[in-house]
Amino acid sequence: MSSELPLLSLVVWTPIIGGLLVLAIGSGKHVLEARVVALLVALLTFAVSVPLYVMFDSSTFQMQFVELYPWIERFKVNYHLGVDGISMPLIILTTFTTVLVILAGWEVIQYKAAQYMAAFLIMEGLMNGVFAALDGMLFYVFWEAMLIPMFIVIGIWGGPRRVYATIKFFLYTFLGSVFMLISLIYMYFQADSFAILDFHSLRLGMTAQILIFLAFLLAFAVKVPMWPVHTWLPDAHVEAPTGGSVILAAIMLKLGAYGFLRFSLPMVPDASQELDWLMISLSLIAVVYIGFVALVQKDMKKLVAYSSISHMGFVTLGFFIAFTIFENTGSWKGAAMGMEGAIVQMISHGFISGAMFLSIGVLYDRVHSREIAAYGGVTNTMPVFATFAVLFAMSNAGLPGTSGFVGEFMVILSAFKANFWYAFLAALTLILGAAYTLWMVKRVFFGEVANDNVAKLKDINSREFIILALLAVAVLFFGLYPAPLLDVMGPSVQHLLEHIAQSKL
Amino acid sequence: MEFEIPNMSVALPEMFILGMACLVLVIDLFLNDKNRIVTYLLAQAALVGAAMASLGHQFGTPEIAFSGTFVRDGMGDTLKLFIYISVFVVFLYSRSYLQARNLFKGEFYVLGLFGVLGMMVMVSAHSLLTIYLGLELLSLSMYALVAMNRDSTLASEAAMKYFVLGALASGMLLYGMSMLYGVTGSLELSQIGRGVAAAGSGDMVLVFGLVFTVVGLAFKLGAVPFHMWVPDVYQGSPTAVTVYIGSAPKIAAFAMVMRLLVDGLEGLQEHWQGMLIILVILSLAIGNITAIAQTNIKRMLAYSTIAHVGYLLLGVLSGTQSGYASSMFYTIVYALMSLGGFGMIMLLSRAGFEADTLDDFKGLNERSPWFAFMMLILMFSMAGVPVFLGFWAKLSVLSAVVEAGMVWLAVVAVIFSIIGAFYYLRIVKLMYFDKPEDSSPLDSEIDVRVMLSANSLAILALGLFPGALMGLCIRALGGA
Repeated sequence: MSSELPLLSLVVWTPIIGGLLVLAIGSGKHVLEARVVALLVALLTFAVSVPLYVMFDSSTFQMQFVELYPWIERFKVNYHLGVDGISMPLIILTTFTTVLVILAGWEVIQYKAAQYMAAFLIMEGLMNGVFAALDGMLFYVFWEAMLIPMFIVIGIWGGPRRVYATIKFFLYTFLGSVFMLISLIYMYFQADSFAILDFHSLRLGMTAQILIFLAFLLAFAVKVPMWPVHTWLPDAHVEAPTGGSVILAAIMLKLGAYGFLRFSLPMVPDASQELDWLMISLSLIAVVYIGFVALVQKDMKKLVAYSSISHMGFVTLGFFIAFTIFENTGSWKGAAMGMEGAIVQMISHGFISGAMFLSIGVLYDRVHSREIAAYGGVTNTMPVFATFAVLFAMSNAGLPGTSGFVGEFMVILSAFKANFWYAFLAALTLILGAAYTLWMVKRVFFGEVANDNVAKLKDINSREFIILALLAVAVLFFGLYPAPLLDVMGPSVQHLLEHIAQSKL
Repeated sequence: MEFEIPNMSVALPEMFILGMACLVLVIDLFLNDKNRIVTYLLAQAALVGAAMASLGHQFGTPEIAFSGTFVRDGMGDTLKLFIYISVFVVFLYSRSYLQARNLFKGEFYVLGLFGVLGMMVMVSAHSLLTIYLGLELLSLSMYALVAMNRDSTLASEAAMKYFVLGALASGMLLYGMSMLYGVTGSLELSQIGRGVAAAGSGDMVLVFGLVFTVVGLAFKLGAVPFHMWVPDVYQGSPTAVTVYIGSAPKIAAFAMVMRLLVDGLEGLQEHWQGMLIILVILSLAIGNITAIAQTNIKRMLAYSTIAHVGYLLLGVLSGTQSGYASSMFYTIVYALMSLGGFGMIMLLSRAGFEADTLDDFKGLNERSPWFAFMMLILMFSMAGVPVFLGFWAKLSVLSAVVEAGMVWLAVVAVIFSIIGAFYYLRIVKLMYFDKPEDSSPLDSEIDVRVMLSANSLAILALGLFPGALMGLCIRALGGA
């Protein structure tokens, strides 16, 4: 249960303070020391986050590890942290991924390496803050502040069009969030509090709910990203350094989905129900249309970026079919499967997309090209790497036995309870996903050695092996045995569904 | 009226600054250029002394003195304190800048102190005449300061423009005041308030007078469409003067708005609210959009000032006590950010070189990661990104208008803040993503470096704990 140590504060502040420390150390010539300290901080943060899982009481939906201190009395803003079964796994995903990102940038990043590591550590702390915040204003502060290190990371260490990509990234997400800010202020005056849980129980009229829903939609849809506000993502992904792409895909996209769970659904359930057709349509467009777009990409990173959008469509679909299932079956059980599937998909996509971007990073570091056409027959020169890469690709395509399968399968299964055609369209992803992923694998890895560059490739070193092996274990583990994840989130999801089943009008 | 000896202690800080300004003026005559540092130290001592005189007074019931022309209250004391701090920082930043340009003259400090006195009188004014007196003292000092570098045609042009437009604005204000006097029969603000209540808000002459008053205020604040002087003056003045104009006088102008519109003419709120809404929307739009097109950073910051004036007025127009407090908070925060922004330009400048184009910020992260980070804090703070102080200022004014039921206006404001974010981001982009064109090391002096770091870190630290400053503003306005 609860512990003496303020674990959540540690998870938030250890990396931020560690990041500043790394900046201080690395400003001179001590780059190696800065790298080592960065890794130690990341490992320490991961170690601190593990007790969150171990000591988690999965029998209740109540917030756990709660910390509550007054922060700004003028606006009744509190420093209020806590996690439930939905946010806790996401925090562990964040701390885990950051360790890999720090390792992945170990040798590759030579220019201002200390600043690079520090930016990721600070970002880690801020993202943990977003997941742990139980105060609306605290959430918003973390949510926005997180943009700054990402802006810097893409802009300094990114590819040729990095400046365009990073400014687009920043302005798009800023655009989305300021409307959320106005909604939060509006609800503050209704509830006389910024506490998220007070917002959950706040009664609002339909017009207000719809407007708030749309404002939240703008903020979260940009982040997820949902079609048609997804266009920043391929640019940002392609131009970001490997670590940036990993964090973007594995964590930042989840923040948008998390926002729907923590804000849109419980705060404005009636508007969510009223507009679920919109959300389902946008999700299905993302799944199907973006799947086709992914098929024609020539750039590996762009392909994975589009595949991320398509997979995130599953997540939002899983959330918003709940209302139709309610109407059809009158119980929350079927809806719970869809929502749990969506959350499993979030976690699993964190591992898989991270793994895919890291694999592309491995190739890019050697050949300095992301073009599919620049490769061919990589299996011949890098057999170990190819084994991992094919596993991740299969998982991305949703092969049973990998984590990619569990979430998609649960969402499709519960989509059948809502509407046959939803399920039919969603299931198309199994074909499309397999098509674009496997076609890329075929062109990059199989066949004859395509050119001298590929012929000269050296297989992965032990550092890269560790990174990929850790991810492979995670992907297979949650694919074969997702129960730990499902057990943890069960009560929270059930509570959420019971909550949104009640009208707040 | 029976004769009574006025309570002089109410105006102690003002008298102290006046005495010190005269002292500096006289002493400076006997100093040669080598010993000019004495003038500088005396001027700084004057500000510190005045701060202590102001701090010796507890917040409490307002004291009105000098036959109702002068008031000392919580708002006045707090604003004066931040005026001293701003001008202290201005003097500190500008010392080596002025020395390098052969502008290190006693006049700068004398005029600066008289300007401070003008601001203090504006802040504590309780009659139309006192307001005007303070305003003119400040304006005349600033006209002269702008023209201080008399060999620069740009500066002379700026001073002329400033003087002509400033005189026009003063004329408008005076005209408006004369009508207010005509209807209410008094120059004293509280009696004007009663006069307005008696005449009713529909009185045509009153509204007519209000229009001219608001125009005069808008000129002084630099709100669109009365903003034409701002970019030219900011760009044309020596940066040491720009930082002066860009910081403390905004605090005084806010006080003037509060005294006139709230203390005096609150009864006409339904009229001035609409006028301010128009000023706000135009300022946000023109300020933010035009700033994008600038290549000179002083000019860019001038347009950003115009936009910030728009945000600042949001709180006033909401017409609530918490709205006024949020505007006051915004003004103080803006002054702090503006000090840092212009201070950074002076830090990068050196003898014979003005770092006033955007390109001069290219690759600052390579030349000095520390100061690039400081500028990053300032820029993100001005853009209103949490967790920096500028965000809380925006949050307060936005919540004030939402509380007043004008959600649409808050939406307009945030849309323009997104547009505004672009040009602040561009500075960060230049510093971090571009290669430096000029790799000479920064050669500014240690006091400037320390102060600038403290300035930026204060914006970060106060951003982490904004409660105290917000609470101060609320208490200063007599709220709970």
